[in-house]
Amino acid sequence: MSLRVKEHVILGEDRADEMVEITVDGQKMKAKKGEMILAALLANGIIINRYTVKRKEPRGLFCGIGQCTDCAMVVDGKPNVRTCITPVKEGMVIETQHGTGKRGDKE
Amino acid sequence: MIKKEVVVIGGGPSGLAAAIEAAQRGAEVLVVDSNLKAGGQLFKQIHKFFGSSAHRSGTRGIDIGTELLEEAEKYGVEIWLNSVAIGLFQEKKIAVERGLDVEDKKLEIIEAEKIVIASGASENAVRFKGWTLPGVMGAGAAQTMINVNRVLPGERILMIGSGNVGLIVSYQLMQAGADVVALVEAAPKIGGYGVHASKITRAGVPIYTKHTVIEARGDKRVEEAVICELDEKWQPVAGTEKTLKVDTIAIAAGLKPLVELAVMHGCECIFDPLLGGWVPLHDKNMESTYPGIYVVGDIAGIEEANTALEEGKLAGIAIAEALDYISSEEAKKLKDETWERLKGLRMGPFGEKRMLAKEQLLAAAEAAKGSAEEHQIAASAGA
Amino acid sequence: MSLAETGFLTIEEIKKLGKYPSEERFKKGPVAVIECIQEIPCNPCESACRFGAIELGEPITNLPTLNEDKCTGCGLCVAKCPGLAIFIIDKAYSDTMATVSFPHEYLPLPEKDAEVEAVDRSGQVVCTGKVIKVLNPESFDRTPVVTIAVPQDKAEEVRGIKRL
Repeated sequence: MSLRVKEHVILGEDRADEMVEITVDGQKMKAKKGEMILAALLANGIIINRYTVKRKEPRGLFCGIGQCTDCAMVVDGKPNVRTCITPVKEGMVIETQHGTGKRGDKE
Repeated sequence: MIKKEVVVIGGGPSGLAAAIEAAQRGAEVLVVDSNLKAGGQLFKQIHKFFGSSAHRSGTRGIDIGTELLEEAEKYGVEIWLNSVAIGLFQEKKIAVERGLDVEDKKLEIIEAEKIVIASGASENAVRFKGWTLPGVMGAGAAQTMINVNRVLPGERILMIGSGNVGLIVSYQLMQAGADVVALVEAAPKIGGYGVHASKITRAGVPIYTKHTVIEARGDKRVEEAVICELDEKWQPVAGTEKTLKVDTIAIAAGLKPLVELAVMHGCECIFDPLLGGWVPLHDKNMESTYPGIYVVGDIAGIEEANTALEEGKLAGIAIAEALDYISSEEAKKLKDETWERLKGLRMGPFGEKRMLAKEQLLAAAEAAKGSAEEHQIAASAGA
Repeated sequence: MSLAETGFLTIEEIKKLGKYPSEERFKKGPVAVIECIQEIPCNPCESACRFGAIELGEPITNLPTLNEDKCTGCGLCVAKCPGLAIFIIDKAYSDTMATVSFPHEYLPLPEKDAEVEAVDRSGQVVCTGKVIKVLNPESFDRTPVVTIAVPQDKAEEVRGIKRL
């Protein structure tokens, strides 16, 4: 089952008129133009956005409104981007963030 | 530095209501909002609101949000999006960070004659073993995903907390196509409205009162939740553990007012658990103990969107009066009507505790004002 | 157990209020059953009724009272109630069957004449029902109202159907 909510009794049909292509950890996938990065990832079955600095534990969506930073990822080379409040763009390159997202944090 | 007559921090229902009231009477108003779209949490409230039919009740939150944005535009309210108020300092200066995380951000300092803080609230977390696993999230986060982003955070949900948020979000998760496996509530009674609870029980969701979640299990994401019964002292009863197959645990454990900005500027606060924690004192104009700074909506005590709208109106009217855009007679009439409606919304078994807490807040504000004046008199007498 | 403990009403809790339609009224045909027992600030049902059959007044936390003689069972209040707590019951539908109309804000909507699983207030399936009509006009503001026929003795229990 797709996690996208296509039909909705109150919100109506979700018409994804335009799709863009993004790259997530090297893999190309489709996203709805203008949707939040986090939403595009969820729709593609990805729920881990980053791994913590010390214990390397996975983190994902927690507040959904840019307050908690659990969904931070490296976007177009820039670390600590809160993906729940940042819209996708055609050609965007998104990477799972390890630690603070700097070089050398990766395992 | 930018100078503005009125700056509203937060474009949710209370902030927009304040902005609209002040702007329609001639004030120059800027709303600073951290999101890509103003409206606060209204655009995820797809249910019909309670309240008086004379004032938008029976209307869905999303539609109220659209109406507010139209009105704000009509009265020339300026709105800065993707703009976070990161500081508030004397004398009525606001530091605003503008831009998305992927952009180069800009810092602006605004000096305002009147400031309305409508910063809202954040969701409380509940900590249990495994609570940091992906798949454990705020109920509001789940609601944002389904109703704004149109994507399900998971397909089998356990909801924690039976306040109106927990009940409503459970219902809306089912409307979006998910299954809500159960709702647990630590208290012996359901916190929210019975009619909201009945919507989900009718859909087959069991509500377990005197129960809590003790563990989230899974490899890199939630795969199971362990719930158990609580005794009179809120302690887990051994042997009552139940394992539920879920992929999402949504937490609706109440909200906490975002008071940081008010505290930074020296607004006096009191701690009241009924209002969600620390809240700034305010008078009947919604003015804090610091003259010219107003607090409205959830920051002034956790309530609902309909009370937030009325509080915003009060501040907007009071500001229009203070800036001489309307006479004090007209302002009094408008404020009295608004207070009547607020009183109506705070009646009944669910509202009266909040009404009492708010009355105590008003009394404390009066007392604080009185002692401030005494200090001034003493200071000037000393000089 | 009560509403505040389980999340659903028992018929005893509803009838205890003394606002439940009388058996004589039920015999005459469709009538509104308002299952609203907590004093919450809400009154759209009052103005929703064009026959003035729902009285509430001030303060808005008052519970609604149905004037059963004025109520025509038209169902306008069903979609208006933000609590989704109003139902239309027609015990005079046929000799053996009654109809229950309820708000159903889920997709897909059931088809007319379809057999559906009828549930009670706790979500338990109590019998099968037959869909009589599905209304979703613009005036209902996206709260579809479904009417199903069930055996007469189930009319006080059935308050919805299983999501499809």
